[in-house]
Amino acid sequence: MTAFADPQHPSACPACDAVPLAEQVAGKALDNARLMLALPGIHCAACISGVERLLCDQPGVRAARVNLTLRRASVDAEPGVTSEDLCAALNEVGYEAHELDPGLLAATDMDARGRALLMRLAVAVFAMMNVMLLSVAVWSGADGVTRDMMHWISAAIAIPAVLFCGQPFYGSALAALRAGRLNMDVPITLAIALAVGTSLYETMLSGEHAYFDAAIALCTFLLAGRYLDHRTRANARSAAQELAALEVPRALRLVGPGTETVAAADLRPGDLVRVLPGGRIPVDGRVVEGCTELDRSIMTGETLPSAAAPGCTVHAGEANLTGPITVEVTAAGRDTELARLGDLVAVAEAGRSNYTSLADAAAKLYAPGVHIVAVAAALGWFAYTRDLRVALNIAAAVLIITCPCALGLAVPAVTTAASARLFRKGLLIKDGTALERLAEVDTVVFDKTGTLTDGAPEPLGLDQLDERSARVVLALAQGSAHPLAQALEGGLTGRGIKPARVEHLQEVAGFGVEGEWEGMRVRLGRSGWVGGGAGVGTTATYLRIADGSAQALTFADTLRDGALELVQELQEQGKRVVLLSGDVAPAVESFAARLGVQDVISEARPEAKAEAVLALAEEGAHVLMVGDGMNDTAALAAAHVSISPASALEAARAASDMVLTGRSILPVVDAMQTARLSRARIKENFTIASVYNLLAVPLAVAGLCSPLIAALAMSASSLSVSLNALRLR
Amino acid sequence: MDVLGILIPVSLLLGGAGLAAFWWMLRKGQFDDPEGDAHRILREDYDDHPK
Repeated sequence: MTAFADPQHPSACPACDAVPLAEQVAGKALDNARLMLALPGIHCAACISGVERLLCDQPGVRAARVNLTLRRASVDAEPGVTSEDLCAALNEVGYEAHELDPGLLAATDMDARGRALLMRLAVAVFAMMNVMLLSVAVWSGADGVTRDMMHWISAAIAIPAVLFCGQPFYGSALAALRAGRLNMDVPITLAIALAVGTSLYETMLSGEHAYFDAAIALCTFLLAGRYLDHRTRANARSAAQELAALEVPRALRLVGPGTETVAAADLRPGDLVRVLPGGRIPVDGRVVEGCTELDRSIMTGETLPSAAAPGCTVHAGEANLTGPITVEVTAAGRDTELARLGDLVAVAEAGRSNYTSLADAAAKLYAPGVHIVAVAAALGWFAYTRDLRVALNIAAAVLIITCPCALGLAVPAVTTAASARLFRKGLLIKDGTALERLAEVDTVVFDKTGTLTDGAPEPLGLDQLDERSARVVLALAQGSAHPLAQALEGGLTGRGIKPARVEHLQEVAGFGVEGEWEGMRVRLGRSGWVGGGAGVGTTATYLRIADGSAQALTFADTLRDGALELVQELQEQGKRVVLLSGDVAPAVESFAARLGVQDVISEARPEAKAEAVLALAEEGAHVLMVGDGMNDTAALAAAHVSISPASALEAARAASDMVLTGRSILPVVDAMQTARLSRARIKENFTIASVYNLLAVPLAVAGLCSPLIAALAMSASSLSVSLNALRLR
Repeated sequence: MDVLGILIPVSLLLGGAGLAAFWWMLRKGQFDDPEGDAHRILREDYDDHPK
């Protein structure tokens, strides 16, 4: 029932969004009371108490509670406790845990709107049961004073109930009429108002037909649909806002001998800015002093730190890891690449809300049709009988019969059943129409690093390394915390190699590790720094002993769980698979060869990724984008539908329609299959609902529709679409 | 049929009581984690400090 919801348009200007968001983030940091973790692996009572005990033992945690139904834990903690620490602690003892996107929390316990809807639904069910019970007496032949009494009691229950329960529809219908359009809520509101109005009038005149039961039943079924729809809808958060929050508001400007803190927006090209280790770079610029390693995952998606020395260009949003540097500003504020990326994402997000769902398409056909039929029937009967009371009764009957109970349930019931099924398989759906869009997909675009790979590099050819070098490499690797060094250490220790005795071990930030072994100088690190040999194309580190030639130790990315099967499965289904990476061409191509992917786009900057996705869309392809990094965000937002793994960055998760909850990427196949099934079910449901309407409308127009027939038709069609949807589980 | 005069208010009252009970349970969050609650009751950890 997406036709009813107001799409949340993200503002086109990320900077305007950034201010409140930055304040919100700052507020969060101070009062960091509630953290949410996703726990896809838990399944039993022992898991619950295990996780809760472990979390409560962490320093700074006040209380923790596991929700097994939703597979998540909420943690009450002091400021300063981060989800990363808690996830790491849980992973250590074998519980898979991820930080949960707060945008996904709308559908959980804290949600006031969901509770209000449920309360309205409960009141509607209560009133419907009572009114139906009273109506049974009328249907079975009560007449005279008894019938009037039943009608009056029904009115006393139904009128307040309808007034209270129907508020969501009245509000939305009013808003639509004010804007000069028709949505499904307009005929609903009209039907309820007309049914209650004519029934009250009839009751006053001791008439035979009263539709109080129909009016309240209508509310009940529609509220059920609305509630299901609400549950599958997560709070739409704008990825552009998330990106804007990454902009660093303050910078340290060099003034004479000292520094002063200024707003990043006040910086001008040519200013010198100091960036300390652990800080984010506030501007685009060039390093003029200092050596360090940068986390450039924002722009390139590359998870390995890259070295920066004087002369290197740096971008806003990149994190400085090891040493202090001085940067000469070339662009600040709105001119940085990060800000441009934010604009790009905002444009893509605004474009996406143009999607017309099946429910919207049905509503567009349906709403005017109903009004035309009802007005025509009323006019016809008025011309024929010259009796306004009869004409109004007929109009009310037509509106009640055609009221979209089944239409309102058709989509949300299917989406709910499908989300429940996918949730069990490890996938969270954030958008109600995501499944419909996923069913249309014919091209799948994957990001490489972090999506198809695990991010952890795997050293190659360690067995070819001679014993002597291997022991030196291990000793040197132990002296560094660099991911490549740690991968080497893990690989060599696993092969039972003992480290050599290397003295004067020293790490040179951004270059590598050096030491002294049996009186010779040994170095492990970048090719230029180690010297004595040309570099190879792929990810590698180099070992040089004394003045010998440098040996390259190459690395390959480890495949994520299920990546190979996923790609093969998709190709078997005849989908076009594209690998789209910001990494260097040789690395991407060798990786694509491993997976058997032919379409490869490498060295793509963030905007190039989005353009590539849009180019595919222009060729007529419906693109599913699977990505995890900041650099994928624009592409994720631009794609027809998008999925990100649980390990993805917050902005990427905000931009995508579905989030994988587990480590494996294989559920994507299930998602596509379920999406096709659910689209088929939705269409079946529309057919069922239309058949009921087509059968009952002639009766209503002919004036043969008693309240009993109306009640039967309405319940039967609603029940059949719900049962049909349940087949999906 | 005079009995209707008693039965109808009584049935409404009972139904209303059910509605009030539902409202209370909703407020107390008893529908937040049905699966977890079903498991929790089997553990001894929570016997003294139900939560």
